[in-house]
Amino acid sequence: MSRNPLVREVPPTSWFFRHPRYMRYMAREITCIFIGAYCVLLVVGLQRLAAGPAAWEGFLLGLRSADSIVFHLLALVAAFYHAATWFNATQKAMPLQIGEDFVPGNLISGAHYAVWVVLSLVVLFLAGVF
Amino acid sequence: MAKSHKPVVWFPFAAGGTVIAFCIPVIVVLTFLAALGHVPAGLSYEKMHAFAASGLGKLIIFGVVSLSLWSSAHRLRCTCYDFGLRADTLAATILYVAAITGSLAAAVFLLRI
Repeated sequence: MSRNPLVREVPPTSWFFRHPRYMRYMAREITCIFIGAYCVLLVVGLQRLAAGPAAWEGFLLGLRSADSIVFHLLALVAAFYHAATWFNATQKAMPLQIGEDFVPGNLISGAHYAVWVVLSLVVLFLAGVF
Repeated sequence: MAKSHKPVVWFPFAAGGTVIAFCIPVIVVLTFLAALGHVPAGLSYEKMHAFAASGLGKLIIFGVVSLSLWSSAHRLRCTCYDFGLRADTLAATILYVAAITGSLAAAVFLLRI
């Protein structure tokens, strides 16, 4: 007796349209494109910084274009979406048990958000934004 | 216990995900301000050069850039697969080599400062 194996057809390029949960997963996945591109921009910035004051000023001036502003907006959305989903996942990724009880998940994620806000404010302060 | 090379890929990915979550949004805000023409005082050549010239500054910049690059490369590899690109070995090789090249370039530029 032969049994045919169950083959569930999954369209390799459009599977994520099947469920909103998959769409959110893919939305999170594509944030890495903008973050990766932004990291390349950071490496270019380091090269310009190493090349001297004129090169660095040129780099800062080069940022002031419409394309750059659009790219920064996309990178900003991607970075915040990554951060929020990452912090929301921490309570699942590293549940904390004290004695018999688990620490409430929202407390773990909330602590990450709090540290994030403080760290960001410190960086903005050190960079002279306010 | 089976030996696997996965932790080598996974550890910098997880560390990079954390670094991206905590550090990249505020860094994007800083260069976005510069893009809008309001360059923060801390992004002047003197300030940035002084920061990148210090040992701690080099360590922070290299850590943020290299871990973020690695994490992005790893996630881009998964994204390629999820979008139907089944040539995983090729995608992994190209992306990881790119991330390592970027990190090495960052290290070279930092050592020149």
